[in-house]
Amino acid sequence: MVNQIRAAIVFVVLMTLLTGILYPLAITGIAQALLPYQANGSLIIQNGKIIGSSLIGQAFTSDKYFYGRPSATTATDPNDATKTISAPYNAANSGGSNLGPTSQTLVDGIKGAAEKLHRDNSGPIPVDLVTASGSGLDPDITPAAAQFQIHRVAKARNLTDQQVVTLVSRYTESRALGIFGEPVVNVLKLNMALDNLNKQ
Amino acid sequence: MTVNGFLQIALYFIIIAALTKPLGSYMTRVFAGERTFLSPLLLPLENLFYRISGVDPKREQRWTIYVIAMLLFNFFGFLLLYVMERFQAVLPLNPEGMSNVAPDLAFNTAVSFITNTNWQAYGGETTMSYLVQMAGLTVHNFVSAATGIALALAFIRGFARNSIDTLGNFWVDLTRCVLYILLPISIIAALFLIWQGIPQNLGMTVDATTLEGAKQSIAQGPVASQIAIKMLGTNGGGFFNANASHPFENPTALSNLFQMILMIALSAALTNVFGRMVGNQMQGWALFGAMLILSVVGVLFIYGAESAGNPNITAFGVNQASSPLQTGGNMEGKEVRFGLANTALFATLTTDASCGAVNAMHDSFTPLGGLVPLFNIELGEVIFGGVGSGLYGMLLFAIVAMFIAGLMVGRTPEYVGKKLEAQEVKMTMLALLVLPLSNLGFTALATVLPAGLAGIANNGPHGFTEILYAFTSATGNNGSAFAGINANTMFYNLTTAFAMLIGRFAMIIPMMAVAGSLANKKLVPPSSGTFPTDNGLFVGLLIGVILIVGGLTFFPVLALGPIVEHTLMHAGTLF
Repeated sequence: MVNQIRAAIVFVVLMTLLTGILYPLAITGIAQALLPYQANGSLIIQNGKIIGSSLIGQAFTSDKYFYGRPSATTATDPNDATKTISAPYNAANSGGSNLGPTSQTLVDGIKGAAEKLHRDNSGPIPVDLVTASGSGLDPDITPAAAQFQIHRVAKARNLTDQQVVTLVSRYTESRALGIFGEPVVNVLKLNMALDNLNKQ
Repeated sequence: MTVNGFLQIALYFIIIAALTKPLGSYMTRVFAGERTFLSPLLLPLENLFYRISGVDPKREQRWTIYVIAMLLFNFFGFLLLYVMERFQAVLPLNPEGMSNVAPDLAFNTAVSFITNTNWQAYGGETTMSYLVQMAGLTVHNFVSAATGIALALAFIRGFARNSIDTLGNFWVDLTRCVLYILLPISIIAALFLIWQGIPQNLGMTVDATTLEGAKQSIAQGPVASQIAIKMLGTNGGGFFNANASHPFENPTALSNLFQMILMIALSAALTNVFGRMVGNQMQGWALFGAMLILSVVGVLFIYGAESAGNPNITAFGVNQASSPLQTGGNMEGKEVRFGLANTALFATLTTDASCGAVNAMHDSFTPLGGLVPLFNIELGEVIFGGVGSGLYGMLLFAIVAMFIAGLMVGRTPEYVGKKLEAQEVKMTMLALLVLPLSNLGFTALATVLPAGLAGIANNGPHGFTEILYAFTSATGNNGSAFAGINANTMFYNLTTAFAMLIGRFAMIIPMMAVAGSLANKKLVPPSSGTFPTDNGLFVGLLIGVILIVGGLTFFPVLALGPIVEHTLMHAGTLF
């Protein structure tokens, strides 16, 4: 029995050293040396300023930009630390709405979002544009959701629809190896490309 | 539902089937102590471990000593993790200045990680220091998985051995599992995942100025090293609150595919290890077949339910139909890059296994889509299952199946050459019955106490399902959740912690008693009266027993939760 207690304590220490210290630090070292861009969060840096991460979505509210998906992330209320307030695309506190399909709050939220979107385009709204993602940080929308917004964005920027259509198709990423995942449009990359188009 | 979706699901299972045999062969060699291609590198380290700890690797243990060693190891691991959480504020590697974890949450989390549950009543990026994430949580991602695999090996030896009263040495099984299997695969997996975009650094949260000029704080950290073993060890505890739906935990379709392979590969391979050790690989493939069928049915069920979408939002002009430009369906809580097929597959696998990682929020699934993950856990997570725990759970069901077959023909039941007698069947039933006792008992308690009802996020039957899912997940050592529930309260932290302890250890002890009793028995050569257990008839019988036991036990609560919600959803009733 004493033998087993001794072994238990020693193994907890050895495993902590091996898998808890050595392993993550070694991986960190290798990653920083070989894949520094990914290892540091795939950050997009423009003129020395960090714009964001190409993997993390951002809140877009201006007509000039393609909107991303609704985000249910929250932050601590600055006036009352026991409460939370809505803070879309808060990349320091990820999460979804966790509302079920029979939730009045969910259905009301979708209704409100749909009414707002219908001001720009009366067509059927792609479902991803009115539903919050699981992470609240989804960087992508579907190609259908991008097409839905083309006319609004073009009008707000004094571009022709065709110019924006071309850009959207250039920023539509197909499935990995042609099979895995779904076609997506990365909203941040697309919006940055739009800004560059206007500058030219 | 699309052709591409079916293709992705089919390809996934083909990959798993292809990996099962080679991985099973390698694992069998490792646990038999034979030389492998990694031995030149790792044998000195392995021997060093034995020397420091004073373990004689040649000395085998009876089932009681094996269990005591396992319990002691888990107890001291628990203690260290608890202390680390309670004092993280003054310990190093805490760049965000996280404060000490509260006692009830620290207790819950420590129990959660030693039991391979990884139930998380906290948000990772807002609660835990890098030290706790690495030297605490990552460690238990390894050793709780290794504990499960070691126990499965001991159980298999119970069947494979002829009149011997020992089942192996816990310390040896643990060491070999970590050194030769978990660590090498995790290193490769972590590097692959970093290449796909998962961060791995010790830096602070990055502040970005978005395109619209707002401030965005982006949490990071040593993520990839934890995610690799989180999936490989069917742990499921996320670095971030949103788990594998977070783009930093699961950035691409390929990282998603890779993580799903990690999640099931070892559990599938253990069926092959079983077949090899009892001397007939077909015995392993029969178990694999039963698991595969149950898994595929689950995937298709969720895929169908989620594709049908939510009928209550079509009136607002929302298009939920699938087309080449969108996957459609119920997208609340789901990520665009995964779509419906990969979400359905991931949700099925994570509850087939006792993983509990999620790449979408199960709480926002349609009622029938959410029923499948719940039912998978209720079946005992034997469909591939957690590493180790899935196999020993499935073998317990095999014992029940053979017992029932024996009753039907009036013979003493046998399984892979061992006679199953009163002692084995009693202990098996005890191990299987303790699970519903815990999850139904605690659910009943929470639904009558104000402290239990206070945690509900959704009203109506969905709220009941949130409670049921919480205790089912905790007892099943799964760790996924209908995450709307506010589980970080004294009531839920204590009750779910006890559910996790019961689900892990109250199942293991009778299971190991069965193993000890089996190992002592003589191997009986098959005769003309032996019921064959390596063919389709046995697969059918096994599936039947699993579904009947699960159905009889859980149909009433499922009717109160997801099934009634399904009918109300179609009637347009909202809460």
